[in-house]
Amino acid sequence: MTDLAGELLGSARYFVERVGAIARFLVRLIALIPAGLLRFRLIVAQVYNAGALSLVIIMTSGLFVGMVLGLQGYDLLQRFGSEDSLGTGAALALLRELGPVVTALLFAGRAGTALASEIGLMRATDQLTAMEMMAVDPMKYVVLPRFLGGVISMPLLTAAFIAIGIFGVQLVGVQMLGVDQGSFWSQMRAAVEFDDVREGLIKGVVFGIACSLIAVFEGYHAEPTAEGVGRATTRTVVVSAVLTLVLDYLLTAFML
Amino acid sequence: MSTEATPVAAAARSDDFATLQGVEYAVNGKPIFRGLDIGIRRGEVTAIMGPSGTGKTTLLRLITGQIRADRGIVLVDGRDVGRMRRKELYALRRRMGMLFQNGALLTDLDVFENVAFPLREHTDLPERLIRNVVLTKLHAVGLRGAATLMPQELSGGMARRVALARAIAMDPDILIYDEPFAGLDPISMGVVLRLIRQLNDALGVSSVVVTHDVHEISRIADTSYILSEGRVVAKGSADELESNDSPIVRQFVGGRADGPVPFHYPAPDYREQLLGAEGST
Repeated sequence: MTDLAGELLGSARYFVERVGAIARFLVRLIALIPAGLLRFRLIVAQVYNAGALSLVIIMTSGLFVGMVLGLQGYDLLQRFGSEDSLGTGAALALLRELGPVVTALLFAGRAGTALASEIGLMRATDQLTAMEMMAVDPMKYVVLPRFLGGVISMPLLTAAFIAIGIFGVQLVGVQMLGVDQGSFWSQMRAAVEFDDVREGLIKGVVFGIACSLIAVFEGYHAEPTAEGVGRATTRTVVVSAVLTLVLDYLLTAFML
Repeated sequence: MSTEATPVAAAARSDDFATLQGVEYAVNGKPIFRGLDIGIRRGEVTAIMGPSGTGKTTLLRLITGQIRADRGIVLVDGRDVGRMRRKELYALRRRMGMLFQNGALLTDLDVFENVAFPLREHTDLPERLIRNVVLTKLHAVGLRGAATLMPQELSGGMARRVALARAIAMDPDILIYDEPFAGLDPISMGVVLRLIRQLNDALGVSSVVVTHDVHEISRIADTSYILSEGRVVAKGSADELESNDSPIVRQFVGGRADGPVPFHYPAPDYREQLLGAEGST
């Protein structure tokens, strides 16, 4: 029993220390932003790496999520004879929940792991130490551009996911199952408000900060071994996914 | 803050570019250095040697301010590295060039951009001048023709020469080499060896070379130190080390498997372990 209490206490302490370290890391990154913006070219390169290179997986996933939503939504709504509301329901679901959350989970799996392993490998191969020895702060040159690249990319990817998702719903609902095209689009336009778009956008930005922060933190603090980089990559996916879902609940509760 | 006024600093030889005096350092309670005294003479090639695990790389990390000594003083160009703030340390590092064991080239940049990296970061030189400086440095290491290659296209020896070109890009006062010959074929080793001496003399820098390769480095080093158990056990020229009677020096220079540094890691009695209770390891 004492052992169990000790273990729980140890885990709690580790958790608090970890949260504290991540918070300090974020503060350091924010302080470096003015200087980091001068390296605009590096940020653009990272928007390409984290954003443009994730576009295919995001859009493919968005299409199929939309198509499934079309099938399930149609099946549910036709029971009440209101299949014309398919567009409204799907658009709201995609804008407020599915778009930001699924994009964040996919981002963590694709771009987050790439960021963590890249920075971890730079640590393991002494590239970060070499920069320090050349009097170049790797936080400014390596970490900050990747963090900002992720933060900028996430809302854009979320928008792409939602747009292609709605196309997927339309493809199944209107083209395959025969929902009236006019009702589909007009009901969606009438029901979706700016607040719904704003909610999706805010979530996209917050998840972008969270997932990018976890990825660069884990990579930067990875043990300089193959095993250490592997562990950092795994932690990036797990922590980002859990954090995304926790933040989603908090943000939804706050904005409803 | 200058430390020249302190008694310890005053005691440092003025012709030493870097000095370690009474340095103690431990990792997780295990002592690495127990009162280390070393002087890196200006304009000379100084070799630091010793068995694996004696803290040779740790010594370089102390000189470059990556870690701080628990006790003692580390002076570089008369200034106490242990007391420097980050900004001062970065200013000092601009005057240092370091060659890592694996080269540590930035893998997303080609050879030219790797050498240009410190110039772009620390100077406002026009592009044409940067190009000329980079090509000059690459020419010095014989790799001007490899400027467009990526690091992954280079052999181990070439990567180290590119890293050397990068290390001298800012015309440093001191060049630090961490195991520069590890894993190199004899030809590459000869090239790197010759470059260390040539660059030291041509650029008028001070050089510190951490290595295991006793006989290779003895050909170019002005002064060599052999470390063991956290202290300097021998110091001198190649000839002086050859004639040193200390058992540890004899074992190290002669490459003997057993001696003061035992072949076997401390273990329980062999017979007892083999014939004892099953499962005991």
